[in-house]
Amino acid sequence: MNVGVGLPTTTPGTDGTLLLEWARRADAGPFSSLAALDRVVYDSLEPFTALAAAGAVTARVRLATMIAIGPLRATALLVKQAASVHALSGRRLTLGLGIGARLEDYEVAGVEHRGRGRRFSEQLAYLRVGVDEDRVGPARDGIELLVGGASGPAFARMARYADGYAHGGGPPRAFAGAAARANAAWRDLGRPGRPRLWGQGYFGLGDVERGNGYLRDYYAFTGPFAERIVAANLTSARAIKDFVRGYEEAGCDELVLFPTVADVAELDRLAEAVAG
Amino acid sequence: MTVSIVGGGPAGLYLAILLKKADRAIDVHVRERNSPDATFGWGVVFSEETLGALRDADHETYLEIADTFARWDRVDIRFRGRVLRSRGHSFSAIARKRLLEILQRRCFSLGVDLAFGLEVDDPPDGADLVVGADGVNSVVRRVHEREFGTSVEAEGCKYVWFGTDLVLDAFTFIFRETEHGFFQVHAYPFDEHTSTFIVECPEPTWRRAGLHELTEEESLAFCEKLFARDLEGRELLSNRSLWLDFLKVANAVWHHGRSVLLGDAAHTAHFSIGSGTKLAMEDAIALRDALVRRSWDVEAALVDYEMERQPVVERTQQAASESAAYFARVAGYRELEPIQFAFNLLTRSGRISHASLTVRDPAFTRALDAWFTGTAAVVAPPPVFAPLSLRNLKLQNRAVVRPDTSPAGAGLVLSGFVAVSLEGRITPGTPTIHNWTPAAHPVVLQLSHAGRRGACRPRSVGVDVPLRDGWELVSASPLPYGPFSVVPRELDEDGMAALREDFVAAATHAAELDVDVLELDYAHGYLLASFLSPLSNHRTDAYGDDRLRFPLEVLDGVRRAWDGVLAVRLSVTDWARGGMSVNDGVAIARALVEHGCDLVHTVAGQTIAEDRPEYRRGFLTALSDRVRAEARVPTLVGGHLTTLDDVNTIVGAGRGDLCILDLPPSDLESELAPAPKLVESAVAPS
Repeated sequence: MNVGVGLPTTTPGTDGTLLLEWARRADAGPFSSLAALDRVVYDSLEPFTALAAAGAVTARVRLATMIAIGPLRATALLVKQAASVHALSGRRLTLGLGIGARLEDYEVAGVEHRGRGRRFSEQLAYLRVGVDEDRVGPARDGIELLVGGASGPAFARMARYADGYAHGGGPPRAFAGAAARANAAWRDLGRPGRPRLWGQGYFGLGDVERGNGYLRDYYAFTGPFAERIVAANLTSARAIKDFVRGYEEAGCDELVLFPTVADVAELDRLAEAVAG
Repeated sequence: MTVSIVGGGPAGLYLAILLKKADRAIDVHVRERNSPDATFGWGVVFSEETLGALRDADHETYLEIADTFARWDRVDIRFRGRVLRSRGHSFSAIARKRLLEILQRRCFSLGVDLAFGLEVDDPPDGADLVVGADGVNSVVRRVHEREFGTSVEAEGCKYVWFGTDLVLDAFTFIFRETEHGFFQVHAYPFDEHTSTFIVECPEPTWRRAGLHELTEEESLAFCEKLFARDLEGRELLSNRSLWLDFLKVANAVWHHGRSVLLGDAAHTAHFSIGSGTKLAMEDAIALRDALVRRSWDVEAALVDYEMERQPVVERTQQAASESAAYFARVAGYRELEPIQFAFNLLTRSGRISHASLTVRDPAFTRALDAWFTGTAAVVAPPPVFAPLSLRNLKLQNRAVVRPDTSPAGAGLVLSGFVAVSLEGRITPGTPTIHNWTPAAHPVVLQLSHAGRRGACRPRSVGVDVPLRDGWELVSASPLPYGPFSVVPRELDEDGMAALREDFVAAATHAAELDVDVLELDYAHGYLLASFLSPLSNHRTDAYGDDRLRFPLEVLDGVRRAWDGVLAVRLSVTDWARGGMSVNDGVAIARALVEHGCDLVHTVAGQTIAEDRPEYRRGFLTALSDRVRAEARVPTLVGGHLTTLDDVNTIVGAGRGDLCILDLPPSDLESELAPAPKLVESAVAPS
């Protein structure tokens, strides 16, 4: 299993200097990917923009959206953005897409919330079918496509169009359940081999309260679930090791750990915890 | 710290005890609306595992509870004049009233403030923690119903909860067929004088029997008469015993601010797996543990409690719902042989499998295996290795593998999609009947025509991804399958005649190819399936009025040309609004059987691209079960079955006859595989 790390694009206090330093260190460290979350209504950075910046100062790591909310973007523009990051970074993009969980993102983007599932399928088909490929460059081939979500239709879309599944987070047992569903869907749709499985978690090894405060704020929209997400924050080397081992046993291919504190020292602490 | 507990049932009282034990300084108040000796229901059941938890949590009450327990390790299944006994199940039960007495006494001795006869309309103010342990109709829950995300729905049969002075020596299931339908009993002893005796039946049966019009006494007399033989002259005891619907309670979250739900207020699980009181008391233990661990930081503890208990409870509720659904449709199994009926009953909730039952009761699975292989053998292979005869074909075992899996050891090998014509291919590389040859035997040849799902790129890049320059597609109606799919041409009568000929010619050809099973593909939205569903068949001609007509014409033609085993792969439901339901699928399966189909390969969905499947391990088993029981036909089923134990359980219980295995890759297997030749030659002396 590979271990990747999230970019601090949703944590308060991230500027260009920090983002680039974070990316450089991750590229030099033991991590296999840099990933970004997507949210409109928040003081956060747009994921493709952040990945483009990170791509410019890195040479090795994969650059992933985990996940980008597809239906918020007009399809051709979404593909244009993704293909551009892919081209600029030397073909390192993993495009994780989903329909997201927040109504308000759709409202401020002026996008109809109803029918988002069907529109999302159309976007995935547009990518896979290669619609307008000869007119809307750069080339999209080689973009690794992941689909997230927990519903039956999400798994079906994943198996129909994607290369793998992006899990939304939770204990290893929850990931194992989702992995079984992803494999079942993959088989049901008659795909050869098996889906790539990506997992994710949050960590905060230095200032735990600051990290927990961020999670409480970021997930306030989930109401009572925010406290559960805070409780699951990995705040010790031991917790990280257990988590990594649990995900590996559950069949995860790539585990991305997202920071809750925007401080480059966190990267070193994480590298140490994962290695030790 | 002040804790206010609403509800003096087992959950509330046990929590009060545990909190007081953890810290005597805590003020614990329990408010119960009934009097201390009011009892509803008769006995409650615990498993061995729960007893362990109770022993560790409070030894004093454990000793008292254990003292009055009725214990047994047997399950008796009375069906069609036989009593099938299974051992090794280790249950205990106690009179609910006795349990409450023990807990109340312990509360008093620990200084819990316990008040009875107090109706609580609003959750109390001022407490640091308010606990809703007030049951299915919880007041605490109702106040914040929206925040808790409460759902309450009826599941399973109509039921009535009696006692009896008949003392049983096993957990006893009784099945009785009447002119109105099936009735069944769940009964178990709970002390040396009395047993619980729950009678249930599906609502239509209940109405046919006129039970909705009977008084409490009359319905008791009805049940006494119906089960007179089992009651051995003893009587049924009523305690406000009325016919009820079981209400399944679920909550998205179990706490709001300083209020938390416990036991039935938070969740109920159908009584047929007997875990209501067990879950309630485990809740109490988990909440106490969380409060102690978090040093009485209420908010943090409630999050911990919820995170720990919710997954456990959801799994139990899932199993309970499976069990409730089983009892609601049990009449469909009345023709199973008693041993298989009993195994089906024991494995109904998915919590017991062939392997785990073998650990509990090796004699039972040995008897099942011996019966299953149809011999009087004392030593018999488990169901997966039992041969199966279909017409002239004898299969060595029940394990079926997909074409991309090694066929070694399998009882049957699937060909995968083989088109009857070039136009019927999914992708340019799809084999057709003209270039396909069997790679292993015995083999199922899946004869198909992709219809509106044709002319696509290889599935390694995705599914339903159309080719840039494909070929003309045909379907029942001119509706494209998915985004950017080509609009198919509506098949006209000439086209249908030609297609029927393609299938018949392919079947004739199959006979020359040494095919063992011929399978017609009426599934997943391919051409023949497109006629079956209202979502893909909008025709206004006779083939729209009778959507089965064309698929049956093809079946008839093929049946005449092929005298071997003929299977049909069928999407039993569309998993989509406005589409075919499972009932529709079962009706279609019946018609297929009438027209000579020997085996139904049950799948579901993919009729349209935007369907709503429910993927998990064994997601097709319930569909296979219904087709097999109701259309009375052998079934072949997959649905991500990953172990031989899955096959033993499904086949042994009569939910299917042949199972497709999806074996996960194994490190051991690769470790034990013979070393590559290259390495050998590298170390060989030169």
